[in-house]
Amino acid sequence: MAMTAQDAGGRPETAAPYAIELKGISKAFGPVQANKDIDLRVAKGSIHGIIGENGAGKSTLMSILYGFYKPDRGRILVNGEPIAIADSQTAIRAGIGMVFQHFKLVQNFTVLENIILGVEDGRLLRPSLAKARGVLKQLAHEYELNVDPDETIEELSVGHQQRVEILKALYRQADILILDEPTGVLTPAEADHLFRILEGLKAEGKTIILITHKLREIMDITDTVSVMRRGEMVASVSTAETSPEALAELMVGRKVLLNVDKTPARPGAPVLEVRDLHLIDHEGVERLRGISFDIRAGEILGIAGVSGNGQTQLLELLGGYPEKGARVSGAIRMNGEALDLTGAGSDARTRRRRGIGHVPEDRQTEGLIMDFTAWENIAFGYHDKAEYQKGWLMDNDAIRRDAKKYMEDFDCRPRNCDLAARDFSGGNQQKLVVARELERNPDLLLIGQPTRGVDIGAIEFIHKRIIELRDAGKAVLLVSVELDEILSLSDRIAVMFDGRIMGERLPDQTTTGELGLLMAGVTDTEHHAAEDGIPPEHRHVDDLPDETANGGPR
Amino acid sequence: MDKMPKWADVILTPLISLVLAMAISALVILAIGESPAAALKTMVDGALGSSYGWGFTLYYTTNFIFTGLAVAVAYHARLFNIGGEGQAMMGGLGVALVLLSVPLPHWLLALPAAMIGAALFGAAWALIPAWLQAKRGSHIVITTIMFNFIAAALLNYVLVNILRPVGSMDPASARFPESTYLPALTDIAAAIGIQWGKNTPVNITFLIAILACLLVWLLIWRTRLGYEIRALGRSEPGALYAGISPVRIIVIAMLISGGLAGLMAINNVMGESERLVLNAVEGAGFIGIAVALMGRNHPFGVFLAALLFGFLYQGGGELALWTSIPRELIVVIQALVILFTGALDNMVRMPLERMFLALRKRRAA
Amino acid sequence: MDFNTVLQILDSAVRLMTPLLLACLAGLYSERSGVFDIGLEGKMLMAAFTAASVAYATGSAWLGLLAGIGGSMAMSLIHGLASITFMGNQLISGVAINFLASGMTVLLGQKIFGLGGRTPSLQGAARFQEITLPLADTLGQVPVIGPIYAQLISGHSILVYVAFLAVPLTWWVLFRTRFGLRLRAVGENPASVDTAGVSVTRLRYAAIGICGVLTGIAGAYLATSLSAGFVKEMTAGRGFIALAALIFAKWRPWGALGATFLFGLLEAIANRYPNLDLGIVTVPSMFMNALPYILTVIILAGFVGRAIPPRAGGEPYVKER
Repeated sequence: MAMTAQDAGGRPETAAPYAIELKGISKAFGPVQANKDIDLRVAKGSIHGIIGENGAGKSTLMSILYGFYKPDRGRILVNGEPIAIADSQTAIRAGIGMVFQHFKLVQNFTVLENIILGVEDGRLLRPSLAKARGVLKQLAHEYELNVDPDETIEELSVGHQQRVEILKALYRQADILILDEPTGVLTPAEADHLFRILEGLKAEGKTIILITHKLREIMDITDTVSVMRRGEMVASVSTAETSPEALAELMVGRKVLLNVDKTPARPGAPVLEVRDLHLIDHEGVERLRGISFDIRAGEILGIAGVSGNGQTQLLELLGGYPEKGARVSGAIRMNGEALDLTGAGSDARTRRRRGIGHVPEDRQTEGLIMDFTAWENIAFGYHDKAEYQKGWLMDNDAIRRDAKKYMEDFDCRPRNCDLAARDFSGGNQQKLVVARELERNPDLLLIGQPTRGVDIGAIEFIHKRIIELRDAGKAVLLVSVELDEILSLSDRIAVMFDGRIMGERLPDQTTTGELGLLMAGVTDTEHHAAEDGIPPEHRHVDDLPDETANGGPR
Repeated sequence: MDKMPKWADVILTPLISLVLAMAISALVILAIGESPAAALKTMVDGALGSSYGWGFTLYYTTNFIFTGLAVAVAYHARLFNIGGEGQAMMGGLGVALVLLSVPLPHWLLALPAAMIGAALFGAAWALIPAWLQAKRGSHIVITTIMFNFIAAALLNYVLVNILRPVGSMDPASARFPESTYLPALTDIAAAIGIQWGKNTPVNITFLIAILACLLVWLLIWRTRLGYEIRALGRSEPGALYAGISPVRIIVIAMLISGGLAGLMAINNVMGESERLVLNAVEGAGFIGIAVALMGRNHPFGVFLAALLFGFLYQGGGELALWTSIPRELIVVIQALVILFTGALDNMVRMPLERMFLALRKRRAA
Repeated sequence: MDFNTVLQILDSAVRLMTPLLLACLAGLYSERSGVFDIGLEGKMLMAAFTAASVAYATGSAWLGLLAGIGGSMAMSLIHGLASITFMGNQLISGVAINFLASGMTVLLGQKIFGLGGRTPSLQGAARFQEITLPLADTLGQVPVIGPIYAQLISGHSILVYVAFLAVPLTWWVLFRTRFGLRLRAVGENPASVDTAGVSVTRLRYAAIGICGVLTGIAGAYLATSLSAGFVKEMTAGRGFIALAALIFAKWRPWGALGATFLFGLLEAIANRYPNLDLGIVTVPSMFMNALPYILTVIILAGFVGRAIPPRAGGEPYVKER
């Protein structure tokens, strides 16, 4: 029997047991305590949100519930019955299904083969496949979950792959569905579709647990919400009785400064001019479809967008290392001089020589060599600089001197440059990268997801440094999927969707709603009416090609 | 956070692995009805008990230093070069071609010329697998295995059809000119008035091998190229981000690796047999894998491990001579060392990590 | 070259391809499950030794076969321990197994038989005899088809037929059964199998177990059928040729049949014509022997169709954190 959200919010002492009840769950990975003494109750037929920063322990907790990890301590009750979930098979039999953040699909199998994997009927495949085909048709009809059962996974879009994951869970007759960060890879429209599906499932009496770090999703769809912070459960409340501000404070443990102190920008001459960039990747997919923009000295251009809409390709291309096998066209000018797009002069080394610093989106596989010491990492990408050479050898003393100074300047802790990069926390790792790139005083800084997985203290520090760089007359290209970050740092905002720039806005004259529409691919022209009062002198329309400029009043 | 201290990782784990490998080897000796203690004594006496024994031990050590360094350099770029055997074979061909075609009046001239030939041929044999890996993504392990067999066939062909002197039935080249014979260590020792290692094959190449250890250490940890090799080995996306070309580094690392393997020929072909024979390498290329694993891909570790295997090799020969234990025992020991230090590494490491973690927790509490 | 010569070469090719085919299919099971196996050579060698030893001791080829399977299974178990249980490097483990077999066979052989690593030669029931298929004599008189049946198809040891039957069987297991589906899945994305509640470890052990059985048969065939006893290093690189054939076959059963036939044929031709005179050039036997390796490098280079190994191959499965 389904309870309504209002009932669940007040935790009524009714006879109906909870769908899920966790008591005192703890889990450590080596020296890291991922979950500490966690209690959680989820009412039947409700949508329960679990929110927290990256690394707060949300995914670990749900993986325990799904039998993927074994807890060190604690009890699990499903529908009031205590149950020992030793493996995923037990969880599946208890009616628990999970959609992981990184899908667990076999890429070269068909949808049907993926669906039956692990729950085949009998030793031969043919009857299982036939049965699954029937069930799938029915489920598709019931929940708007259409996918071609004979398509292989690698042919499907990300959104459709997620549907397959949900279908997998439903085919296993899951009553309790856990979704881990399901919207990270979706466009807002796809996310809305997903939420409709979830509402439909709830209406059928299913229980849904939604893990996310996005406050908006919690407010939009959940009935109740639990907040995790550093492995602990810090609150469980009814969504109707809380606010985004209150949740944000719970997440980070103190009041969050949503605004960054900064003075208005005083843009100078264009530093970077990008014209009609196209990039077709090795699979023949066009990832960039005619990108054009300028960044002037002393301003921050923020690029907003759902991840996977070409931002990564743009950063990599500007940074000098587009994906292997990609075909590129267009033009980039740096301080008025053309940059090579292909050939030997287009690599990252040359880009750095031309004054481009780059804090990459993924610091752990790109920005740092995790096994290298901090001082070795401080030279990374600049290791060929003349001041680091001494005859045939490298001048390691000179590098260490710089490393010590940079770590001091950026308050990197622990202050030991002989430690390997992996021995630093996420925030301090990011500080190492930011220090390395900022201390070279680049004319242009490319910075992707500057605060992903970074603790709040380091976030404020890094934001302050970016603004200082701008105030020193440098140009900054900021790419982030966090709209708040874009809004608070940028002097101008460009929104990317499907390899295009859908439009430009000024941060103080737009809303998240408007940006959300652009992120969903709704073009400027379609929403011309929504746009008013932007003074033309604030928009660099004359530098932009027609397709993005035509929305602006001329 | 590190799970255990660095010294435990670098010294304790390989040491325990080695002890395990040796313990099982002892069991094997027991199983074939011999006494491990007596076998060990025979080996120590034969390999280390006299300057004669040392002369052979160091000769084998020289071979293994080169092939071990070859594997180690490639490994730093995360390339598993199993092709040392073939590259060393080709190195031998390079030596033979240089010494048989260019008249060189003195070994001081012949040595650098032969070294260039050896390194060039070894490097060339590594070049194709390297290029295929870098450009086409062909798995270097498989291609280098294939190239070992191709090298054997090629060498066989060249020896039988081209280099074999008229009238000879042996698949071997003619003797090298006497002027190119390398000084043996016993000659060098005699020159400074010490009688050492008479009638042993160890020669000046041993000193070159030690020099090679030093140079490889400098290369890997003190040069820009070494920095780039290590960076690529740890993260290819990272290398690209830093402007390091993976194609360039893969090719260069494999050229150095192949060159080092090829240089082994200076020792066995030029220094010892003084002509090119069919099976000159005798598996030293494969022993290089064990040596590099055992030595943790560090030149100093490689030196120590090569010494160990030099001892095993010479000691194994002595065993075959004086007992009924065949010399294949060392192949078994070699297999066990590779197994325990390379593949079963975690079997030793995981309990150790747990132990250190528990220790730390207790100290913290 | 007359019809009879062609038949003889083909007949010889069939005999020579049999161990390759068995080893290739063995590798196929292992690698399809995500466990790379460059130790096929060592497993086959160990199997050949144990098979020959037991066949000699008991006088029964069948007991020899069982012992062969036992021998290679022991090697498989070591490989499993290293690459599945202890998540070690599969390539290094394979290298170790090759040396282990190479050394142990001689060590044990010398201890038991004292013949420098050989076993005494096998006679009578200690070897698998050639089977004459029904009606071979009568049909042999029919032109063309007759000799093909009587000489090429009939007259092999039972293990040859086992090897050929293993091809459709493998195809059926792989693509028509639950086990095959899971096996393929675990080699592509083990996390998909793990989250479906199926044990990755058990599946992979099953795969290397089958690999052990097949290399066991291959080794037994070498020592008790193709030859009459074990000699030192008798596999002579066949394990690596099988590996090459596996890549050539793009990890597919029918492809394995084609690739091993090709390589068997090359060996048969090289044996018959040490210096093959093609009119314009004389092809030395060394070249014919190296040809499988050369062809494999060309395939690996991707110039003639790309060989894509199972995606999770070579990597131990560690639950991500």
